[in-house]
Amino acid sequence: MNILNYKSEAECAINNPVLQKALANLQERIGKGTAQGYRELPEGPELRLKAHAIRMRSIENLDILLIALADGIRKNGGHIHFAYDGKTALKHCLEIARKHNVKLAVKGKSMLTEEIGLNHALNDAGIETVETDLGEYIIQLAGEKPSHIIAPAIHKTKEQIGRLFQDKLGIAYTDDPPALTRAARKALREKFLQADMGISGCNLACAETGHITTVSNEGNIRMATTLPKVHVAFMGMERVTADLKDHEILFRLLAMGAAAQKMAGYVSYIGGPARSGQTDGPEAFHLIVIDNGRSRILADTDFREMLCCIRCGGCLNVCPVYGKIGGHSYGYAYSGPVGAVVNPLLMGINRASDLCLGESLCGACMEACPVNIDIPRMLLLLRAKLAQGDKTWDVKVKSRVEQVSFAAWSCLIQSRPLYDLFLKTAYHGQKLLPRNNKMISRLPFAGKGWTQSRDLQPLAEQSFISRFKDNFAEKQND
Amino acid sequence: MTSTKTVTLFVQCLVDSLYPQVGEAMVAIFNKLGISMNCPSDQTCCGQPAFNAGYRKAARAAAKRFIKIFENSESIVCPSGSCVNMVKNHYQELFEDDVKWLERAVQTGQRTYELSQYITDILKIEDVGACCNGKITYHDSCHLLRGLGISEQPRRLIRNIKGAELIEMLESDRCCGFGGTFSVKYPVISTAMVDDKVHNIIASGADIVTGCDISCLMNIQGRLNRIGSSVKTLHIAQLLAD
Ligand code: SF4
Repeated sequence: MNILNYKSEAECAINNPVLQKALANLQERIGKGTAQGYRELPEGPELRLKAHAIRMRSIENLDILLIALADGIRKNGGHIHFAYDGKTALKHCLEIARKHNVKLAVKGKSMLTEEIGLNHALNDAGIETVETDLGEYIIQLAGEKPSHIIAPAIHKTKEQIGRLFQDKLGIAYTDDPPALTRAARKALREKFLQADMGISGCNLACAETGHITTVSNEGNIRMATTLPKVHVAFMGMERVTADLKDHEILFRLLAMGAAAQKMAGYVSYIGGPARSGQTDGPEAFHLIVIDNGRSRILADTDFREMLCCIRCGGCLNVCPVYGKIGGHSYGYAYSGPVGAVVNPLLMGINRASDLCLGESLCGACMEACPVNIDIPRMLLLLRAKLAQGDKTWDVKVKSRVEQVSFAAWSCLIQSRPLYDLFLKTAYHGQKLLPRNNKMISRLPFAGKGWTQSRDLQPLAEQSFISRFKDNFAEKQND
Repeated sequence: MTSTKTVTLFVQCLVDSLYPQVGEAMVAIFNKLGISMNCPSDQTCCGQPAFNAGYRKAARAAAKRFIKIFENSESIVCPSGSCVNMVKNHYQELFEDDVKWLERAVQTGQRTYELSQYITDILKIEDVGACCNGKITYHDSCHLLRGLGISEQPRRLIRNIKGAELIEMLESDRCCGFGGTFSVKYPVISTAMVDDKVHNIIASGADIVTGCDISCLMNIQGRLNRIGSSVKTLHIAQLLAD
């Protein structure tokens, strides 16, 4: 059932020393910086809790807010399209491209377009599509997938990029980062000037004003959305805030979660095409609002909280599992803790079962999340669906063997005498197992995973409960 | 020292079956502090393994059994942060739709304490009169730290051990990679995580690594033993009992 190669991809990542160093650096720098940033917020770290409440309120009033946003965008002279799924969103985009006779599109980084496979669709329609975020550009040239929501190319070294640019851009080999950046900038400038369509995601939107907000640190999104004659923005339907007050709080926390910044380098509020008399800006502005499985999440109060997510990537920067396995293991647009919940909900819980089970539930993600999303709670609920099956989400029982084992365990722990008998038998049974410095070095069956790399303390001859009865209970009565 | 307090020992299943010496250390501490104890002999497991693996029905059955055994106790003390977190926080999730049991779960949870928390916050004792010569480093277990907010209490107790020096390792609050069945189902990832932890422990220069949760310590000890390290793994109760 599981189409992801979570385990093998994870192993690859763990055995890649370059990636390991990059991940450790990223977490050290941004993960810790974010924690510090929250502590220094003028409102204090509690602002995260307030932001959570703001997000929940928006999500519970999504219908009204989206209508208000649509009205605002139209009033500003823009167009708005609602797409039930990815396919419909692609159809809208391709129609717009055809209408404007688009040959070349430049893109700002957007995970949502990754989710719906936009680049592929545009290429199939004969439209050259160029990523303009430096990291995205690198992995597009390399034909790879992003490995981090905010830092898509952290898995590549400067030497690899040097060879890539030599090969694809025809420059002399160099691994000097400024020189590489200059080469990319030169190549991208040409694309910016030729492009007939600019594509962006949307970090936040505001219903009150009817605008969307894009954020970047390279200025590429601003160029992509102002130079070409058409701008198409893609937005997950949950990303809207009610008013500027709410927007301001989330916007600050977004920069903090994403990059430990007080404010991102380039921020644009975009509400429509250029007005008459304005020299900058596109002739046409389209906003495509995408559902693609989100209303199903909205309908389930257990998981609704996940729609609070503003895709800052903050949870990736602290997650000890992501810090080892990197982004590619998650096999879909979103990686890290956010991906471990969102991917199963969007692509199918059975299909992504490894994502639900392959975390240690340490809870670091929740502390790092600017909107305080309880990811461990939802991982546990996903596990419950896999364990017992679930009709609403079409989940099949993952393992009958495990189900039987837990049923047996359940009987065992209901009776202390039975439990003692089990411990006694296991105590004798373990004598057959090999030892290393008094600890068990090889376990059979499911325990194999443990002793692959670790030893295990053997069962004691007498349990604590029984020792207490023998030694302490009487003394106390004396 | 005498006290009118009585504690009821809630013994994590791993302590009960694999590390009874940790339970005995807890008894020794309370004896030293003049606290009387009882220990329900029919207790088995709080249900955490089933809950974490998604078997909520089995977890609920275990929780009901636990509540029935412990609900009339004055103070329930356990040498494991994750088990206390289970009883205090997750039981409420399990009984969300069952008001009667929810009430009993909350009542029981309110009287459940992790050992270091009970000693410092309730008994208001920071020096239990223990001695141990050596450099000690402390691992923050995830559920203890993030679920219960306990990090200073055990450190204060360790600092007051005569002859001991507390040395902080790097990233003491980073997960050791145990995660229950995670460690068995995803051994490669889990090992990479415990390797980072073990690396930080060894780099700290400590002779002893300690913590308030035997599950994490069992993971750390298992890896240390496999790589032949001389760093000793001891539960905080064992350090405080001497
Ligand atoms: S879950 Fe929170 S931390 Fe992770 S991407 Fe979403 S908003 Fe950011």
